[in-house]
Amino acid sequence: MNNEAESIRRCVAGAVQKLAGEPGPLLEILHAVQDELGCVPAEAIPQIATALNLSRAEVHGVVSFYHHFREHAPGRYVVQLCRAEACQSMNARALEEFVRGKLRLNFGETTPDGRVTLEPVYCLGNCACAPAMMVNGELHGRVTPERFGEIAKEWGVAP
Amino acid sequence: MSSSVTIYVPGDASACSLGADRVAHAIEAEAGRRGRAVQLVRNGSRGLYWLEPLVEVVTAAGRVAYGPVTPGDVSKLLDAGLLEGGAHPLRLGDIATHPYLASQQRLTGARLGVVDPTSLVDYVANGGYVGLHNALAMQPLDIVRAITDSGLRGRGGAAFPTGIKWQTVHDQKAAQKFITCNADEGDSGTFSDRMLMEGDPFSVIEGMTIAGLAVGATQGYIYLRIEYPHAARSLAKALQVARAVGYVGQDILGSGKRFDIAVRLGAGAYICGEETSMLESLEGRRGEVRVRPPLPAIKGLFGQPTVVNNVVTLASVPVVLARGAQFYKDFGAGKSRGTIPLQLAGNVKHAGLVERAFGLTVKELVYDYGGGSATGRPVRAVQIGGPLGAYLPVSQFDTPLEYEALSAKNALLGHGGVVVFDDRVDMARMARYALEFCAVESCGKCTPCRIGSARGVELVDRIIATRAGANGANGAHDSNLALLDELCDTMFNGSLCGLGGLTPYPVRSALKHFPEDFLPGARAPHSNAAEAAASVRMR
Repeated sequence: MNNEAESIRRCVAGAVQKLAGEPGPLLEILHAVQDELGCVPAEAIPQIATALNLSRAEVHGVVSFYHHFREHAPGRYVVQLCRAEACQSMNARALEEFVRGKLRLNFGETTPDGRVTLEPVYCLGNCACAPAMMVNGELHGRVTPERFGEIAKEWGVAP
Repeated sequence: MSSSVTIYVPGDASACSLGADRVAHAIEAEAGRRGRAVQLVRNGSRGLYWLEPLVEVVTAAGRVAYGPVTPGDVSKLLDAGLLEGGAHPLRLGDIATHPYLASQQRLTGARLGVVDPTSLVDYVANGGYVGLHNALAMQPLDIVRAITDSGLRGRGGAAFPTGIKWQTVHDQKAAQKFITCNADEGDSGTFSDRMLMEGDPFSVIEGMTIAGLAVGATQGYIYLRIEYPHAARSLAKALQVARAVGYVGQDILGSGKRFDIAVRLGAGAYICGEETSMLESLEGRRGEVRVRPPLPAIKGLFGQPTVVNNVVTLASVPVVLARGAQFYKDFGAGKSRGTIPLQLAGNVKHAGLVERAFGLTVKELVYDYGGGSATGRPVRAVQIGGPLGAYLPVSQFDTPLEYEALSAKNALLGHGGVVVFDDRVDMARMARYALEFCAVESCGKCTPCRIGSARGVELVDRIIATRAGANGANGAHDSNLALLDELCDTMFNGSLCGLGGLTPYPVRSALKHFPEDFLPGARAPHSNAAEAAASVRMR
């Protein structure tokens, strides 16, 4: 526990030292922290606030405003399913139902073994190859339930 | 036996989503096994997405294309003489002569898929940086005048004349001015910004640099959405190259003029595509919309005069400076001058990028280019301009895709995305989705958007329930429809920005053109359960 607190402290200190001199640096710092820790833990917020001379509420307000920032580390595989119109026109709703059934997850949830987190996303710019999905930054196009099953097998999800 | 063969395999995000990376690896591995040397170039996409991954081989007779290529095809392709442009069922010949491309007027996207995106040599060899060289020899006001004369209007959606915006920033007296590039392309059905940043990043950099010279700004920011990691890599590399050679930095090409660019990543918020919200986000705050006035051109980023332009707008600037305002203006119709990269997406056979002079009709785009629906079923509707754009029925497909003509039909061109739906689309659900999206993405600053969208979702849910006959009476149904219309009125007139203000477009157009989907007894093809469950935790 102490170790964890110390690694958060060190990570935030590093990000602050590197970026606090930039104009309007808060988002940059939050990105740096999340890139390293997988999330922006609640313990990081007072330290960031102090460094930037902001209130904790202001920092928390920014973290909670943006869909990308999270307070808890996600599963090993972050699956972002596109819900926007172009994907809907190519059966994304049916795919969504299939994926949620297959993973037994609602949006925002992580499998109990910490393997997969399911998130909604509203457009990945892959609208010419819908429906689209992104997994840990890797984009997939024309995703069918069958194709999803194949990809999920690679994460160790039973077919 | 022979020297190295150059092969293009797109590194474009969409092409990669269809396996382009694996195709590239397979080509390297298979060629290696055969003792053949190949040089892979990861170009952008030409925008014919049904043919991706599209592999091009440089032969003595020019570039020969093959597609769509899967990793499993590679071995047989090499057997068929891929490296010499040999015959194979996937062989397409010179892709530039493909009717889909040959009929286009690629000005802004001229280099897409043609060049190595981060090769400055390629960029310059294909007309790049002519505009900047010309601009460096001009007075700032003359640059602004060229943009004004070209008739270029903001391609992000608002269609505001770019020259007037630049003039306003130029005329401000300030110690620091900024150029910001809005690369928060969040509209469903749009990907032209992404294609340009991935496939021709120097065009964006050159456009921003010219803008800086024109208005007297020395610092630029590209506000890039986090959903575009491929574009982030491409821009970072291109900036590094441009800086090393002196195209950006302290002394641009020895002119004594200064301009630098930084990329800032968004964090997943559709609203940050709204210009004032984007500025808030760049300043490190919640992306809440600012009340205007003051305009960003007068008081923008960090309170300084700021140009906010979309990626396509900025990437079009070098064309104007290189070939002249009149050249650019000669394309187009009415008050919509120049070309527009239309993005054809969704349920369509030949989805892709179609850059043409303004004036192409929806019908020409959807059928002549698109080839009808991907499913082979009849097309029923298109949504133009993203999630805040109107739905048009087939009966209005004669409408030209330009600002005024669409505005006359209570529609908008937006960022030029056109999403096709077949006859299975349920327009009541699409109306519900528009409101749901607004509720998810609202910044919360103004009430009509924050509360109106949530109430709107509930209202459409009641309409859908009545439609299915669940709680019957026609009287309730009529009053729900009247209430929805009133709510749209409030959102349209009372919202601070386009999110709440334009959400009524898809809702009202669905109601107007597809009233049968809202009526009691209308077909209710899907169960509501999945959607209700999804709404529980949308984010």
